[in-house]
Amino acid sequence: MASGDFTSNLGRVYSMYTGGFAAFVILLAILEQVGLPDAVIGYLFVFFTIAVYAGIGIISRTMQVSEYYVAGRRVPAFYNGMATAADWMSAASFIAMAGGLYARGYDYMAFILGWTGGYVLVATLIAPYLRKFGAYTVPDFLGSRYGGNIARFIGIVVLFCCSFTYIVGQITGTGLIASRFLGIPFEVAVFVGLVGILVCSMMGGMRAVTWTQVAQYIVLIIAYLIPVVILSAQQTGVPVPQIMYGQVLQQIQELEQTAPALQAVEGVQEAARPFMQTPQTFTEKFNFVALIICLMIGTASLPHVLMRFFTTPSVKAARRSVGWALFFIFLLYFTAPAYASFAKLEVYQNVLGSDVSTLEAIQQLPQWIFIYGAVELVSICGTHAIDAETVFAACQSAGIDTLLYSQFSIAADTVVIATPEIAGLPYVIAGLVAAGGLAAALSTADGLLLAIANALSHDIYYRMIDPKASTARRLVVARVLLIVVAVLGAIVAGTRPGGILALVAWAFSLAAAGLFPALVMGVWWKRTTSTGAICGMLAGFGVTLFYLVGTRYFDMPLWIGVSNISAGLFGIPVGFAVTYVVSLMTPAPSQEMQDFVDELRIPRGPTLMAETKSTQKAS
Amino acid sequence: MTDTQTISPEVAREHWSRSRNLMIITLIVWAIFGYAIHYFVDQLNQIVIFGFPMGWYMGAQGSLIVFVILIFWFAHRQNKIDEDLGLAEDSD
Repeated sequence: MASGDFTSNLGRVYSMYTGGFAAFVILLAILEQVGLPDAVIGYLFVFFTIAVYAGIGIISRTMQVSEYYVAGRRVPAFYNGMATAADWMSAASFIAMAGGLYARGYDYMAFILGWTGGYVLVATLIAPYLRKFGAYTVPDFLGSRYGGNIARFIGIVVLFCCSFTYIVGQITGTGLIASRFLGIPFEVAVFVGLVGILVCSMMGGMRAVTWTQVAQYIVLIIAYLIPVVILSAQQTGVPVPQIMYGQVLQQIQELEQTAPALQAVEGVQEAARPFMQTPQTFTEKFNFVALIICLMIGTASLPHVLMRFFTTPSVKAARRSVGWALFFIFLLYFTAPAYASFAKLEVYQNVLGSDVSTLEAIQQLPQWIFIYGAVELVSICGTHAIDAETVFAACQSAGIDTLLYSQFSIAADTVVIATPEIAGLPYVIAGLVAAGGLAAALSTADGLLLAIANALSHDIYYRMIDPKASTARRLVVARVLLIVVAVLGAIVAGTRPGGILALVAWAFSLAAAGLFPALVMGVWWKRTTSTGAICGMLAGFGVTLFYLVGTRYFDMPLWIGVSNISAGLFGIPVGFAVTYVVSLMTPAPSQEMQDFVDELRIPRGPTLMAETKSTQKAS
Repeated sequence: MTDTQTISPEVAREHWSRSRNLMIITLIVWAIFGYAIHYFVDQLNQIVIFGFPMGWYMGAQGSLIVFVILIFWFAHRQNKIDEDLGLAEDSD
C-alpha cells in the first residue's frame, strides 16, 4: 500500500481536491448559465460527491486490524481535527442550528456553548489518556480499567443507546436531502444514503472514514460559508458575515421597537419576543446553565467523538488535534448566528408588514417564500404558501390585510437552505448547500456506524466471545456487523420515526451520565474500583433514563423545574457520587491496576492495550 | 524499547501534580467563559461594539474563541511539563 506516501502528501492531495471541487462548482455554474436544468445540477452534485467519497473509501481499503480500527494511528493532528469536525457536525449542526437561533434567539446560545465547550473537557480530562492506553473503542478502555466484561458490557449498552438513535437521525437527514434533490421518494432515498454511508466505511473502516471525513469537511465548510458570505457582501458591502452581522443585530433591535407588524395588537398578537431576549426568571437562567452543562459533558462522552482521538500518532498530537477539531467546528458555529440574523432581518424588512389585501401585492412578496411554501416549509395566514393565489384566498377568508408576525411562520430548517434564494443566487449555490448538508450527515453517520459496529465486533465478538479469532475472521465479522447495523438504521429511518428523532437530544445526557464519571475517575482517581465504576455507570445512566422516560411519557413532574433535555444534571452527580462511595466501600484496586493508571498518565512508552491474545489477560 | 520501569516515583509524582494543576487552571478558565460570564449577559449587553451587544457576542463568538485558544495553550503547557521531566514521547 502507498499509505506512507499518502500521509506525507496530505497537504497536496487535499489542496488538489479542494481545487477540483471548486472547479466542479464553477463548471456547473457555467453550465447552468447555458441552460443546464436544475434537476440535472442536483443529480450531479449528489452523485459526484458520493462518487468521490466512495473513491476515497475504496482506495483506503485495508486488511490490517489496526488500520481498520484506528487508521494505523498515523493521522496528523491537523487532519484529525478536520475529520473530527466532520464527524461531530451533523445535519443538525449544518441545517438546524441557524434555524434554532432564528426561532429562539439568545436561548439557543446554550447549544452553541455546550457543543463547543465540551472539547475543553475532552482535551484536558480524557482524550490524551485514552490515546495512551491505545484503545480501539471506548468500552475497550472501560473493560481494561475496570477488569472485565461487566464494565465493558455496560459501556456497550450506553454506547448503543446514545449512538443508535443518533444514526437513525443522520440516515433520515441523508434521505431528506437525497429525496429533495433527486426527486425520488423518501423511502428510496434513505437507501441511496445508506449506500453513500457504506461505501465510505466498509472497505477501510476507520482509515477510510478518516480520509473521507476530511474530504467531507472541506465540502461542508465551503458550502456553509459561501451563501452567507455573498449575502453579507450584498447587504453590507463586506464579505465577512461574522463581523458584519453586528449591524444587522442593530437593525433587528430597531425594527422590534418600531415595525408595526411586530407590535402587540389587541386580540391578535402580543409583541414579538425580542431576538436577543436573555433568560430572566430563575428557572430560565437555571435551565440555560443546566443545558450547557449536559451538552458539554455529553460532548466529552460521546464514543464516536472520543474514538477519533485514538487515531493520532502520539499523545501530544491527540491533545493538539482536539484544538484543531474545535477550531474547525468554530468556523461553522460562529457563522450560524450570522445566518440567523440575516434571515431575521430579511423577514422583518421584506416580508412582515407587507400588503396582502390584493393578489398583485402578494405576487410582489420575495420569491423564496413560494419556493419553500411549495414544499410546506413556509406558512402565511395559516396555510402553506404554495402560490400567491392560495395565500390570497387564505388571507381574504381570515380578513387579514397586512401581514403580522404571528401570521407568518417558517420552518427552522429553512434558514440555511433558503439563504441562496434570499440572496438571489443561481441554483448551483442551492445545490452546493445540499452537497454540504449531505456531507455533514454522511460523515456523522459514518462515525456513529463505526462506533457501534466496532463495539460489537471488537468488544463483544473478539473480547467476549472468541478471543482466539484470526485477524481475517475479525475483519470479516467487523464488516458484516457494520452492514447489519447500517441496514437496521436505514430500515428504522425508512419508517419516518418522529418519536425516535426527538430522542436524539437524549444522547447527550445519557452519554454524560453513563460514561463521563467512569472515564474521568478511571484516569484521575486511582482508588476507583471496578465495583464502584460499575455501580456508578448503572446509577448515573439509570437515573437519567428514569427522568427522561418519566417526564416525557408518564407525566412525571419536573424536578426543580429542570427540563427533560437536561436530565443529565441529575445523572452526572449521581454517577460521580455512587462511583466514589462504592469505591471507598470496596477494597482498593490491585497494585497492578494502580501501576496501570500511573502508566496511563505518562505520555512516554508504548500503548498499554494488549493486542495479541496471549497477553490479553495478563496485565 | 522504552524504559517506563525506570521512571522514579518522585518524577512521576511531580509530573502528575503539575499536570493536575494545569488541568485545574484550564478548567477554571473554561468555567469562567463557559458559565460565569454568561450570567452577566444583561450587564454586558449594555456595551455595544461594532453593533454587537457584548453579552450576545460572548455567547456567539467570544467564548468559542477562548475555548480554541485555551485548548492549544493547554496542549502546549502540558507538552512542556512532559518534556521538562523527560516523560515526553520520543518522536511526534
